[in-house]
Amino acid sequence: MISDKTLPASARLNASAKPARPGQRLLALAKVLVFVAGLLPLARTAWIVVNGEAVNPIEFITRSTGTWTLVWLLTTLAITPLRRLTGWNVLQRFRRLLGLFAFFYATLHFTTYLWLDQFFDWHAIVKDIAKRPFITVGFTALLLMTPLAVTSTDGWLRRLKRNWGRLHRLVYPVAVLGVTHYWWLVKKDIRQPLIYAAVLAVLLGLRGYWRWRASIASTTPK
Amino acid sequence: MLIRRPDPIPPSEITPESVYLNRRTFLLGATGLLLSAETLAALAARKSTLSTGEPLNSLKDITSYNNYYEFGTDKADPAANAGRLKTRPWNVVVDGDVTSPRSFGIEELLKFPQEERIYRLRCVEGWSMVIPWIGFPLSALLKQVQPTGKAKYVAFETLRRPAEMPGQQRRVLDWPYREGLRLDEALHPLTILAVGLYGNLLPNQNGAPIRLVVPWKYGFKSIKSIVRIRLTDKQPLTSWNLAAPDEYGLYSNVNPAVDHPRWSQASERRIGEFFKRKTLPFNGYADQVASLYRGMDLRRDF
Repeated sequence: MISDKTLPASARLNASAKPARPGQRLLALAKVLVFVAGLLPLARTAWIVVNGEAVNPIEFITRSTGTWTLVWLLTTLAITPLRRLTGWNVLQRFRRLLGLFAFFYATLHFTTYLWLDQFFDWHAIVKDIAKRPFITVGFTALLLMTPLAVTSTDGWLRRLKRNWGRLHRLVYPVAVLGVTHYWWLVKKDIRQPLIYAAVLAVLLGLRGYWRWRASIASTTPK
Repeated sequence: MLIRRPDPIPPSEITPESVYLNRRTFLLGATGLLLSAETLAALAARKSTLSTGEPLNSLKDITSYNNYYEFGTDKADPAANAGRLKTRPWNVVVDGDVTSPRSFGIEELLKFPQEERIYRLRCVEGWSMVIPWIGFPLSALLKQVQPTGKAKYVAFETLRRPAEMPGQQRRVLDWPYREGLRLDEALHPLTILAVGLYGNLLPNQNGAPIRLVVPWKYGFKSIKSIVRIRLTDKQPLTSWNLAAPDEYGLYSNVNPAVDHPRWSQASERRIGEFFKRKTLPFNGYADQVASLYRGMDLRRDF
């Protein structure tokens, strides 16, 4: 006989409180799929490196983890506008997972730099962070992301109350710094960073537009 | 903290001599390198005392990780796109402040006495390779046209042919690619025009059919697929200097003491190695070339 404790918490809750609704099962399945999808870029990178297909593997890992940090970050920022435009509130349920993936890839990116690239040459690292604007902004973005990852749990959400939302607005400067970090490191061909900047501009622009509309609506004399 | 020094390269990592000598067989087997039958024609070249004895980078490294913006800005683009370039017929015009300006056909250039020159190549981006070039001193070519007393610089130009060089369809750089050397740099015995690599003709992505190699300068100085060499009394315009004058100077000598404004040049990653190594002044060729810059402030003239 299977004990209740071997089941995941959600299943236990469902079993004891109410029968699992098909919608919740689907949601759980979708979350698993998103989780697996989040690991695929890492798996691909590892595969290419292990097979010796990257001529400059450390550069390749750095680039790949950096790119995917930006992708997950922008995907996270796309949730709210998409939800608003489509009315699919369920999208909201994926935001934390996507945001944590952004942080996960950012951590891999930074670890690659510290360990594989600089091999813990602290003198060079401190100099880099202080002297190279593109590294300074990238490092700042990672620092600002850290409290967001830490307070991403339900417990922190409850404890921080209204401040949770305020704190998590840090994701906007994080995204701007992240795209700037990419832009400033490119030697000449800025097409790629330009794409990220354009997507970010749209995502932030929509928010700005809606805020502006809301402020007009609230200040209009009744 | 215990810092592990990189182990010496194990003998297993060095291309065995038998493999190196059988490189044609190896090349025939290497797929995807877009080698035409012509490029498989081996080049006779004598060894040179100017070569380094360091372990070579593999042909795959050298031919699949390239900066050649005429074929795209990604390192993999040149290998993917350079196959379209037609390198025959090919002429190099040598003119300007010379007694006998003329054009050299590639067949004629291939008849210059060729040498194998195994050089370090240090990219301005912070990586390096060891490459067995085949070529001849640029001075041998310049001797034939006899620079006049007025000539102080040598200006080089790459082919401009957007139909075959897709990267030129966008203005990433001000095409055609241009480079320049001071005349004494151009006449230095280390400065060569390369026509081959690993015993065979140059693959297109490495600058076929003829390119410059100046091993003590950052890689972008070694201009590829040259169609014109002009002797002049004025400092030539160079592509990267035009694109970002505060980042890339005319000299662009490898110099660990002068950082790129956006990143350090103190160390480099040799492709194939895990640990970074310290970058050497003039890419390790200081004994041969430092005297060219005596009395100059290399921070200002970077």
